[in-house]
Amino acid sequence: MKDEALPAWVEYFAIPGINLLMALIIAGLVVVFMGESPWVALGALLGGAFGSLEQFGYTLFYTTSFIFTGLAVAVAFHCGLFNIGGEGQAMMGGLGVTLVCLGYDGTSWPLLFPLAVMGAIAFGALWSFLPGYLQATRGSHTVITTIMFNFLAAILLNYLLVEVLIAPGQQSPQTIRFDEAGHLPFAHDLLRGFGLETGRSPLNITFLLALAVAGLVWLFLWRTRWGYEMRAVGQSEPAARYGGISPGPMIVMAMVISGALAGLMGVNEVMGSQHRLVLGFTAGFGFAGIAVALMGRNHPFGVVLAALLFGVLYQGGSELAFEIPTFTSDVVVVIQGLVILFCGALENIFRKPIVRIFEIRRLLREL
Amino acid sequence: MSTEAPQPSKDGAGEDGPFKGPSAIEDRLPSELLAIATPAIELQGIDKRFGTVHANRAVDLKIGRASIHGIVGENGAGKSTLMKILYGYYQADKGRILIDGRETRIARPSQAIKAGIGMVHQHFMLVDNFTVLENLMLGAEGAFWIRGSFNNARGVLSQVSWEYGLEVDPDAVVGDLPVGVQQRVEILKILFRGAEIIVLDEPTAVLTPQETQELFKILKRLRAEGKTVVLITHKLQEVMEVTDRVTVMRDGAVAGTLNTADTNKRELAELMVGRRVVLRVEKTRATPGRPCLEVDQLTVRDESGTARVEDITLAVHEGEILGIAGVSGNGQSELIEALAGLRRIDAGSIRLRGQVVALPNAELSPADMRNLGVTHVPEDRLKMGLISAFDASESAILGYQGDRAYNGPLLSDRGKIVNHCADLMQKFDVRPPEPQWRSGAFSGGNQQKLVLAREIERDPILLLVGQPTRGVDVGAIEFIHQRLIEMRDAGKAILLVSAELDEILGLADRVVVMFEGKIVGELTAEEASPKKIGLMMAGVVGNGS
Amino acid sequence: MAEALIFVLLMIDATIRVAAPLVLAAFAGMVAERSGVIDIGLEGKMLAGAFAAATAAAMTGSAWLGLIAAILVSIAFAMLHAYACVTHNGNQVVSGMAINILVAGLGPTLAIAWFGLAGQTPNLEGPARFAGFALPGADVLEALPLAGPLYKEVISGHNILVYLTVALIPVVAVLIYKTRFGLRLRAVGENPHAVDTAGISVAQLRYLAMAVNGALCGIAGAYLSTAAAAGFVRDMSAGKGYLALAAMIFGKWKPVPTVLACLLFAFADALQIRLQGVAIPGIGEIPVQAIQALPYILTVVLLAGFVGKAVAPKSSGIPYVKDR
Repeated sequence: MKDEALPAWVEYFAIPGINLLMALIIAGLVVVFMGESPWVALGALLGGAFGSLEQFGYTLFYTTSFIFTGLAVAVAFHCGLFNIGGEGQAMMGGLGVTLVCLGYDGTSWPLLFPLAVMGAIAFGALWSFLPGYLQATRGSHTVITTIMFNFLAAILLNYLLVEVLIAPGQQSPQTIRFDEAGHLPFAHDLLRGFGLETGRSPLNITFLLALAVAGLVWLFLWRTRWGYEMRAVGQSEPAARYGGISPGPMIVMAMVISGALAGLMGVNEVMGSQHRLVLGFTAGFGFAGIAVALMGRNHPFGVVLAALLFGVLYQGGSELAFEIPTFTSDVVVVIQGLVILFCGALENIFRKPIVRIFEIRRLLREL
Repeated sequence: MSTEAPQPSKDGAGEDGPFKGPSAIEDRLPSELLAIATPAIELQGIDKRFGTVHANRAVDLKIGRASIHGIVGENGAGKSTLMKILYGYYQADKGRILIDGRETRIARPSQAIKAGIGMVHQHFMLVDNFTVLENLMLGAEGAFWIRGSFNNARGVLSQVSWEYGLEVDPDAVVGDLPVGVQQRVEILKILFRGAEIIVLDEPTAVLTPQETQELFKILKRLRAEGKTVVLITHKLQEVMEVTDRVTVMRDGAVAGTLNTADTNKRELAELMVGRRVVLRVEKTRATPGRPCLEVDQLTVRDESGTARVEDITLAVHEGEILGIAGVSGNGQSELIEALAGLRRIDAGSIRLRGQVVALPNAELSPADMRNLGVTHVPEDRLKMGLISAFDASESAILGYQGDRAYNGPLLSDRGKIVNHCADLMQKFDVRPPEPQWRSGAFSGGNQQKLVLAREIERDPILLLVGQPTRGVDVGAIEFIHQRLIEMRDAGKAILLVSAELDEILGLADRVVVMFEGKIVGELTAEEASPKKIGLMMAGVVGNGS
Repeated sequence: MAEALIFVLLMIDATIRVAAPLVLAAFAGMVAERSGVIDIGLEGKMLAGAFAAATAAAMTGSAWLGLIAAILVSIAFAMLHAYACVTHNGNQVVSGMAINILVAGLGPTLAIAWFGLAGQTPNLEGPARFAGFALPGADVLEALPLAGPLYKEVISGHNILVYLTVALIPVVAVLIYKTRFGLRLRAVGENPHAVDTAGISVAQLRYLAMAVNGALCGIAGAYLSTAAAAGFVRDMSAGKGYLALAAMIFGKWKPVPTVLACLLFAFADALQIRLQGVAIPGIGEIPVQAIQALPYILTVVLLAGFVGKAVAPKSSGIPYVKDR
């Protein structure tokens, strides 16, 4: 039987688990190679991520950004597309947020928040629309066009921040600090309202938005006819055409939604934490979205869990640098790379034997 | 059935010189030589499975040196697989290969080439953006620098082309050449490598009758040169015309090997089609009503511009099943897809209940066709009919996903979709009745029942059905056949495409046979017999006499 | 007048310096994609090469040993890519991306472990670097009008890797068009089935192509850290791998047009540095970013098929599976 159906727990937990384990083992070897104890490092990493409410706040803050970029990759993937443009789309999203915050200053955050979200969505979507459109109409592969659009976004942002939006009297390329309306409430401030005292962290209400968006993406993909048609195109173009679905519009829609999701990362970083637009604020989170989506098996809930994992790694990794002087958060980037390698490129190494085991089991049961 | 022992052929014409005009005599080798010599190729007990498909079943085959040996059979009979095993493209699970009487290990094409075997594949193995010369040299370059070998190859090419009358421009880019010439390049490639055994897989499928005659001249000349030629085909006319011996394959096994001179098309057709267990469904005579579908002089071309459906005129009436028989690949798929709105049409018109619905450049989309009451069970259910990664309930609304019944203003109504699927599963006895299972997890028969249920329960005016029982277990076949008859009795028009002769004979009220994109004959259910249809399927025009 | 001439010559000189690693990486991409393997991991392999070269050169004091280390390390990553994509039919884009991200983290991590320097290797001096050197007679010939300055400023004074790159251009072109390997390489990216049935192993050919790819990326990496700069710095490839990919597409997977595309992109780079803050009469100051964006915009326009048509090798990106 050609059909390689595996039980859900194997598909969604065992295989990603094994892949993650492989990535961690190799990363551990790197640590050993550096002359440090991997167990000490692991302890420091987990301590750094969960050690205090403040640290956990950071973890969830990073998780928020990973959720958006991971969802972006996952949605495109369901339509059979590879969007490596998350980085550029997130940059543009941040620009959209900035323009809203600068344009409507002097109001209040509850008013600005939905506008900023719309700005992020519009600018992120704008940046993925053209690659999607060119793929649908001219067959230009999104992999290359989105890479090009990453650079174009970086260049555009560089121009705007150096020449146009730069804060007066500033040397570094960043905008002025937004006024109060452009600051989303921090979690520690909100919790204080309920009488809970937590450490200061950049965690803000965008985290709740991210969870809600993950839910919406799930609803869209599996509970609307458009999600159905998009997935149909991704799974089988002949079947989609048979079902009366034109692939072109679905491809454009998938890319636009994907870009909008990546753009939302801008809300978390720009309005939620930095309160200004800083060059390079995306810090590779757009690319990390690939790892998050692969690890989360392109399922929105899986993406949330994988984003949490990467949030832990990222925050724990930054703390590692304090604990062990020979470490930097670069170790986390190494783990990201290894996760993409094992969950994506080398997936078949473990998958094939596992499928075979289950085939043999099925045969034995039939006998 | 099988006449294994070589029998002397009737005429004992002497061996022709290599350059004697091929029209002069029926150039056949002395039969004694065929009998005495060690066979050029001997296959023993070749067995090959692809997953659940048993492609070759213990095939034994001997092919005499300096002969033209035909291998005939329907599509999927295992001819190509067998020859690809000989060529090392696939490896047999069991069995031995003997070349010139010596057991030879052929696990890779390079070993086959070394053993003197060359093959012209059905899909040409040419690099489109290379010149003829570059294609010729690929894999036979000789030295590291290709310049010297290039000049050398140019010399050999002009020599060989002259010898065999295979003229081609060595510097032409292959992709720009007509298919007939591309085939010459493939043959030249083989001769360039000095092959003694030449296998051709359906070489005439892409040729005009004139080109076919030219090819046969070349094959005869090759034989005269002492080379062994194996010709895979499903056209009996060709077998009779050019081969010395012929092996008939059916369902992966050898159904018989005969001297061409001692047999005839009718015998071969019978061997090819076989006498399968006939599952006759009880049915009454049809009472056709007014015409539902009328197709007028329809022509459909593929991307390369080749006509796949040519000038076809037919009608399906309410309350009748029109069967379209034919060896698959003769335009049936393209016809049914054009009717379903999946292909553009190049000439002619399609009418439904008297109304013109499709003309060239004014085709309807699949969705439009559905709205007009045409539903379609596609030939390939795994590629088109359903989406194997989707839940069964999702596959059960493919094509109707936008229907109000399943959608609220924003969200689709999961409950209704699942209930709909459960309902279909119950009515069509899909097992297990689990709407939440992945579509790909069901057996072929149950997948097919689900697709049929989806298309039949829409209550169409016309149902297009392609290969409804391909890969379906026996129990489900009967069930599916009964449903189709019930539908007919309810006054619906059904157009049935099937490569299974028994299915056509059991279900159709009228039978149309397609060959190479055209209709070669039409028979009523009473007139139709396996023999008659089998001959027509093999391209023998007329009423089977 | 003489000033203008010197300006032009310096521009050409700068163009060549920027173009050299681009050409190497673009050729690496070309060899991979001609064999049917998409390689967006050029960036990562270059960076790995840069780190390896700087590390080996710092430890041994020899730039040549650095070069060898760069080539070996880069080939190792190319083999990893081949193992994932050819042996296991993995997704080629994912694999390339994995290598890019992995290396981006690995370099700085190891730099700290081995040298205790945050994300970089020690400064290279003397024989640990490929320094520019004057070709014989550069000063003597300077007096000649035009040819003299041309010889001195443009042809002379580069480091050995620039000359190596120039020498490699015809070598790679000849390899692709005049040798058995090249013929098979060009065939396997178009129609691997034709190659397989011609009795040649598709996998072996693709591994070989990836080895060449790795070697070229390694040289490009060594150029970055031991010739252009004096050591490895975090993210020092700075998108050059992707730019090389764009140049390869722009050059339609052919050697000479690819070199021209690299020169064009490098010229744009040299130009934007020169034009910073310079007002052009009648136009005013051109934002340098507009020039920076040019290569990427051109590539998108080309991919969209509005100007000519960039047709990739037909089978690139598709794992080879025998058909049934």
